[in-house]
Amino acid sequence: MAIVPMLSLLIALPLVGAVLLLLIRNREGERDRFVHWVALGISIVEFVGTLWLWTGFDPRSADFQFVERVDWIPSFGIQYALGVDGISLFLVVLTGFLTPLALLCSWESVHKKVKEFCFFMLVLESAMIGVFLSLDMFLFYVFWDAMLIPMYFLIGVWGYDRRIYAAVKFILYTMAGSVLMLVAILGLAYTHAVATGGSYSFSYEALLQITVPHHLQFWFFLAFALAFAIKVPLFPFHTWLPDAHVEAPTAGSVILAGVLLKMGTYGLLRFAFPLFPDAAAYFAPYLATLAVIGIVYGALVSMVQPDMKKLVAYSSVSHLGFVVLGLCAMNVQGLQGSVYQMLSHGVSTGGLFLIVGMLSDRRHTRLISEFGGLKHVMPKLVAAFFVITLSSIGLPGLNGFVGEFLILLGAFRWDPRFATVAATGVILSAVYMLWMFQRVNYGDVTNPKNKGLKDLSVRERWVITPIIAMAIVMGVAPSVFLNPMRPAIDRVVARMAEAQPARMVRAAGASQKGVGPIFSKTERTGPTPISHAPFSGR
Amino acid sequence: MMSPALNAVIPVICVVLAGLTCMLAEAFRERGERLPIGGLGIIGLVGAAISSVLLWGRRAESFGVVVADDFGLFVGLVLIIIGILTIAFSSSLIERDKLPQGEYYALVLFAISGMMLMAIATDLVIIFLALEVFSLSIYVLTGLRRESFASTEAAFKYFLLGGFSSAFFLYGIAFMYGIVHSTRLDRIGAAMAAQSGAASPLVLVAMGLLLVGFAFKVSAVPFHMWTPDAYEGAPTIVTGFMSTAVKAAAFAAFARVFLSALEPLRADWVPVVWVLAICTMILGTVVGVAQTNVKRMLAYSSIAHGGYLLVALVAGNSAGKASILFYVLVYAITNLGAFAVIALLGTRDKPVEQLDDYKGLWYSRPIASFMLTVFLLSLGGFPPTAGFVAKWYVFTAAVTAGEYTLAIVGLLTSVVSVFFYLRVVVMMYMSGRVEGEAAPPLPRTALAALVVSVAVLFYLGVLPTRLLNLAASSISTIF
Repeated sequence: MAIVPMLSLLIALPLVGAVLLLLIRNREGERDRFVHWVALGISIVEFVGTLWLWTGFDPRSADFQFVERVDWIPSFGIQYALGVDGISLFLVVLTGFLTPLALLCSWESVHKKVKEFCFFMLVLESAMIGVFLSLDMFLFYVFWDAMLIPMYFLIGVWGYDRRIYAAVKFILYTMAGSVLMLVAILGLAYTHAVATGGSYSFSYEALLQITVPHHLQFWFFLAFALAFAIKVPLFPFHTWLPDAHVEAPTAGSVILAGVLLKMGTYGLLRFAFPLFPDAAAYFAPYLATLAVIGIVYGALVSMVQPDMKKLVAYSSVSHLGFVVLGLCAMNVQGLQGSVYQMLSHGVSTGGLFLIVGMLSDRRHTRLISEFGGLKHVMPKLVAAFFVITLSSIGLPGLNGFVGEFLILLGAFRWDPRFATVAATGVILSAVYMLWMFQRVNYGDVTNPKNKGLKDLSVRERWVITPIIAMAIVMGVAPSVFLNPMRPAIDRVVARMAEAQPARMVRAAGASQKGVGPIFSKTERTGPTPISHAPFSGR
Repeated sequence: MMSPALNAVIPVICVVLAGLTCMLAEAFRERGERLPIGGLGIIGLVGAAISSVLLWGRRAESFGVVVADDFGLFVGLVLIIIGILTIAFSSSLIERDKLPQGEYYALVLFAISGMMLMAIATDLVIIFLALEVFSLSIYVLTGLRRESFASTEAAFKYFLLGGFSSAFFLYGIAFMYGIVHSTRLDRIGAAMAAQSGAASPLVLVAMGLLLVGFAFKVSAVPFHMWTPDAYEGAPTIVTGFMSTAVKAAAFAAFARVFLSALEPLRADWVPVVWVLAICTMILGTVVGVAQTNVKRMLAYSSIAHGGYLLVALVAGNSAGKASILFYVLVYAITNLGAFAVIALLGTRDKPVEQLDDYKGLWYSRPIASFMLTVFLLSLGGFPPTAGFVAKWYVFTAAVTAGEYTLAIVGLLTSVVSVFFYLRVVVMMYMSGRVEGEAAPPLPRTALAALVVSVAVLFYLGVLPTRLLNLAASSISTIF
């Protein structure tokens, strides 16, 4: 254990800050500004903390670093175990990066219950960082579920008209997926006990050491993949996303698109694939098919959206499809591209939501048809909008290009058919984004309401400049991010290289013949259940 | 010093004495004089708690029919906690609703004494006796608002159906006696274990009758019919009391009878309880979704929670048995807290029971809304509340016992149940501000009890180890 429990501090800081916020007396909203500043200050300190983590990170090591491990519920082998590797490091940094921006962008747009708003934002940040840092399946699940509550309130209380519907749909969809994952997690711990002779463990690293029997891999992988696919969201599990995005307040959308969706892909990469490599290899073509459908479908649906926010939301379905495709390729390029695209999507889509939020703050509408010719009235905002649009499309030199390129490269090496179809998504994204950009910003100012719009305020410049800077940095110097990821990704690739999908076919076949795959005696490879196991009281 | 023969029942005696004192205090007080009668009850309960702790690990036996093992004492302590919380919540409510104080506290204490006895009884006749002691008290408590038609009807319905179930139970005892020539659980267990081959039809009949009796008390489907009406009609705080205490006591006896005496017949009763568990979870949840009255909604939710406990019973391994204890405690604190908030929010003329009554409550009663939210999230099983750990514990037991179907059904129904818990949250936080007269603050005692409950829920949600270990070690004493 490190001398300073850095990771625990990162999780605790926003949480403690949130609780402290509650102590500020602000019954009638007289100290809203102060509360906002305090929350912003906490989130900036948090961001500095994540950067500090980065500077202390050894980029050559594939192991988990800053590991903290304390027994939590020892009778079940549950630990409070945290650690960071090249994959999770940048997701933590991304969370730290986006939260202050989200808080800053809600400066003017959130009027009611500001204290509670900031409270939920900080609690959310704490839970998100916890998800990325957990090295224990139980702990991971706790953070995974705990994160739903603040997001639910953010959408439900501070969202737009149909916010309640969206909030309930969000929480029920996500939970429905994740409880099946919980069963699989419990099953996995039990499998560990069977394989090792009686010791239960939820530790990620310990679970990687055991060989999960194939019939179990089949079901466990399905449960995990479903939970993560809903979160991603992978086609056809995406229907909660447009509702949640459109109804959420700007800050909520930024966090939702920027960080929460990454938890799905992160979960696939961190847990579903390495824990069940054979099942993953077996299911990869199916997942990739869904991903490719999502890429094209998301792009086509985006094209016809009249609402800018919905357009960005559907474009996320498309972009996240790329990420999943890269994961399925399971080679270095694909995985690097995926992780890079996760970060890059967080930056560009976060930026797009921020811009749409700014327009919507001014006009109280997000319909494309309501705008036009904005470049004449607000040139600075449009310039920022332009850079972010290009970054989202994947223009070389900006962040989006690197990820998409690597993913397509990886996918091509794996199966050129997927890469070919996915590549059309790149073209389509240029079409819908540029078309939207053109309709909103070019031409004459037709709607008189747009004539007097104010350009970027100082505060908004502070919101958008970091995003643009990040987009450029990630575009021109990708190796800053790619190098530290590499060892961790190599480790995953090496593990996946040992996968034997052919053996899965037999297990799947057995299940289709009506042989119950769950703990059927014939398939069990580990020793039979041991009588002195702590729970084998029967 | 009492004779050793009485050791096992000292905690029960403490509670009975407290009940009697409350009754006498009420009888002897001057007209208009205000006596802290509830305080007397709490003193008695604390005495019972201390004596339980002193008895811990000693396995005191009385008359061969009562054994104060750690399991019984654990449940007893849960019941004492329920009692203390109930009294703390009630003090202001009784005055508000003009309920007869002395009788109220005495009945609560008598009910608790019966329940505590039920938890430590190792003889079917004593179990029946205990069952009747607490049931009769609760019938009366249900109908305590005599001027209210709903309350009277609920009490009558509960009484009639409860009478039937008692008859079933008694009939089961009679059959059992006919077969084994004893009503003591250890002798029944020995006789059952000695049986070779399939169980005789007579044994199955006896077991079935006992099962019906218990299923009624824990409101398992299809014996749940009385629950929504009785819960809705009873004074709200009584609903909270009966939904938690009755479950705790009944499950304690249920577990003791079925997991020790009838354990040899496991293969015969598990399929039945399995079906009951599935039906209970599904019906409790699905019908709960349709409710617009929050009390009824919580009644169905409590049916569903009974289903989760049945899952633990079916799992039957050591994690399953221990999870019954943990779950019962967490559920007691959570549900009692929820009912208490509902009771405290209303006034004598205007109870806050319909969903619509919760509109914009966050704006007028932020603290009460926050607490209710914590209780509801814990009922729904969200981390980091204790409800999550409790559910997780139950489903771990199910998975390790290979009961994947039960675990999956249980988890999916808990997702659906989230829908109706969150509906109250939606009403409180998301449906806009409703202007109205300023709400009275929460009474101090009740507020303190609520704060403690919330703190305990978070504590057990984050650091459950000690209690989990305690539950696991105490459950091992009966088998």
